[in-house]
Amino acid sequence: MVETIFDVIVAVCLIGGALMSLAAAIGLLRFPDLMSRMHAATKPQVLGLWLFLAAIAAEMRSWVLLPVLVAAWIFQLLTTPVSAHMVGRAGYRTKHLRKELLCIDELDEVVERAAKEQDPDETTAGASPEGDTRND
Amino acid sequence: MTVVTIIVSVILALAAAGAIFRIVRGPSLLDRVLAIDVLLAIFGGALAADMAINGNLDNLVLLVAISIVGFIGSITVSRFVTDRRLTNG
Repeated sequence: MVETIFDVIVAVCLIGGALMSLAAAIGLLRFPDLMSRMHAATKPQVLGLWLFLAAIAAEMRSWVLLPVLVAAWIFQLLTTPVSAHMVGRAGYRTKHLRKELLCIDELDEVVERAAKEQDPDETTAGASPEGDTRND
Repeated sequence: MTVVTIIVSVILALAAAGAIFRIVRGPSLLDRVLAIDVLLAIFGGALAADMAINGNLDNLVLLVAISIVGFIGSITVSRFVTDRRLTNG
């Protein structure tokens, strides 16, 4: 009886994690620009990995294993935002987004203000707007 | 459990195919980097599913290593993209 319950838990977690991966792939294919694709890409990285690790834990049922699984998930939680931040930053600066799809662009005001503050100091005219925000 | 194995394999294969399609088609380099990250996550999920279904722990160290170092590639490419666009004006 207990075996069956745990088998069902493992099956549900595995199928759920696989569906998260499929959702990310569909999002990658269907969404129009980089920012919305980044939204879809985080599903298998965080929730999908959690479901797969829960499936391993339910299959093995050993307390010794649990810290390793938690460590794998914690490290994923720590590293995923770093790469997402860098990709989003590079995407914003190299105009990899479609402005007409944005409801609000809070970074735009910050960039303009920084450009205005830097402009009087610039001796060479016509510096690119990206160049002004390079050292933030 | 065999049915679950087949279902999970098919879903993961479809997801990997979608990610690979975006890697091939991706209009920009950053789209490809993002799709490669997703593909890596799908591979990690497949490793974990293999371990859970067959009841071994052979790939657990690989899974932890992927979750630790998997982000370095996309960070490197992001820096490269930024610098190249800046020098081109």
